[in-house]
Amino acid sequence: MASTDTKSTDARGEDSSSSLAGLEAGLDALESSVTGRTPFRQTFTQKILPPLLAIAVVLAVWQGLVTFKIVDDPSRLPSPGAVWDVVHQSWLEGTLLGYIWTSVSRGLLGFLFALAIGTPLGLLVARVKFVRAAIGPILSGLQSLPSVAWVPPAVIWLGLNNQMMYAVILLGAVPSIANGLVSGVDQVPPLFLRAGRTMGATGMKGTWFITLPAALPGYVAGLKQGWAFSWRSLMAAEIIASFPDLGVGLGQLLENGRNASDMAMVFEAILLILVVGIAIDLLIFSPLERWVLRSRGLLVKG
Amino acid sequence: MATTLAKAADGTEVAEHAARIEHVSKSFAGPAGQQLVLDDISIDVAPGEFVTLLGASGCGKSTLLNLVAGLDKPSAGTITTDGRPALMFQEHALFPWLTAGKNIELALRLRGVPKNDRREKAEALLELVRLKGAYGKRVHELSGGMRQRVAMARALAQESKLLLMDEPFAALDAITRDVLHDELTRIWEETGLSVLFVTHNVREAVRLAQRVILLSSRPGRIAREWTVGIPQPRRIEDAPVAELSVEITEVLRGEIRRHGQH
Repeated sequence: MASTDTKSTDARGEDSSSSLAGLEAGLDALESSVTGRTPFRQTFTQKILPPLLAIAVVLAVWQGLVTFKIVDDPSRLPSPGAVWDVVHQSWLEGTLLGYIWTSVSRGLLGFLFALAIGTPLGLLVARVKFVRAAIGPILSGLQSLPSVAWVPPAVIWLGLNNQMMYAVILLGAVPSIANGLVSGVDQVPPLFLRAGRTMGATGMKGTWFITLPAALPGYVAGLKQGWAFSWRSLMAAEIIASFPDLGVGLGQLLENGRNASDMAMVFEAILLILVVGIAIDLLIFSPLERWVLRSRGLLVKG
Repeated sequence: MATTLAKAADGTEVAEHAARIEHVSKSFAGPAGQQLVLDDISIDVAPGEFVTLLGASGCGKSTLLNLVAGLDKPSAGTITTDGRPALMFQEHALFPWLTAGKNIELALRLRGVPKNDRREKAEALLELVRLKGAYGKRVHELSGGMRQRVAMARALAQESKLLLMDEPFAALDAITRDVLHDELTRIWEETGLSVLFVTHNVREAVRLAQRVILLSSRPGRIAREWTVGIPQPRRIEDAPVAELSVEITEVLRGEIRRHGQH
């Protein structure tokens, strides 16, 4: 056997341990996948550019409808420029951030309450069979009830005040958060629970170290949906129960625009509601969800 | 769990058995009433011994391992182990929300190892399975063979006297499996662990074990037992390993054939 090696490499000899280590290192290198971050250019052309183009098209069509007098009545369809003027005006008056903050602070505070109630409730439903049989179906059913339906009873029970708003947010968001956690717990692979048990993670330890972290993807999806429901519920409450003493949020702004027959103001309010809802999702919930999924290798790169 | 103790020469008490399985039976409620899965199994695993349980599908070998691990209770008979055994599965069962190192540290933490010692111990265990530098790696960044080695390190972190392995290499490719056989043998010799290893791969059983126990199927009974005298390190392609494998395979096929006759 022709070999340039002066030392005989008998697999059983002194070298067996180091040759095994070398073999193993080679296998590890061959079979590990290299993952890196996608370059910004790629992110820009694939993720950022398309929605910007879509927005540009919508604005162009809107402007076209006004410019070519297809809709020739500013009280029905104001031009994009007119809406921008209203937004700009309220920015100069210093009221714009006030509208946004009134609604966002209500929404986020209500969401935090919903989180504090929905999480233990979801855990209870997921882990206690009797509780699940008793209120599980009701909890899922509540998700399909439009939260605007809660506004009239909330007004009667609590009156026209902030508590009423929070009550409506809770009734909208708690079922989503609880259901998210339940489905998260249900999808925990039994193998993880068995592995945890052999390591001594039983009872509370099992819940804390295994079940909750394993259920995190479902829980975060529930949070995301819970926020969407919170925001929608709040807007419904603000529109229906507008009362000067409550301060002007985005819902009230919309209602004020309708009362004044000011279509530009109505459009301003709708746009702000949309933008704020999306912004909170993009700034808080989407990064949270992406981080959870990516750290587990569940995010497939396109 | 009770432990069988004996007086050693110097008067200290040492466990006589890493695991003692005595007349264990297990039946499950099936569509045709109670179905007997394991029938009167008795196996002793001595401290430091490597035993493989070999059998075709339906012999209840995984059920038996679950019973020894304490994940399920036998219908009859008793199982005593020296402390809580560690268990390794065919799937790596590593937690994807933790890094390789943190997976090992979780096992240490659940065992009550103080916070300050965990990192060092986890690094040492990773070095033992030759994965130095994988501490911060996420599970999905590791290859199949690396995952099973981290799983092995995590099992070793429990510092059990007995390691139960449920076909841990069945899902790996042949080259990786060979390498992990060598690793397991080396670690077993270094640590003095007792191992109860379940497989349906005859050569794997002969390659690794000091004792091979063949289970018959439906219900699982001990069909035959071989002591493997071939010195380690063995290779799966060695002639003595192959010869014994042929002999055991013949008996195993005979057992399987019985199920085709009515």
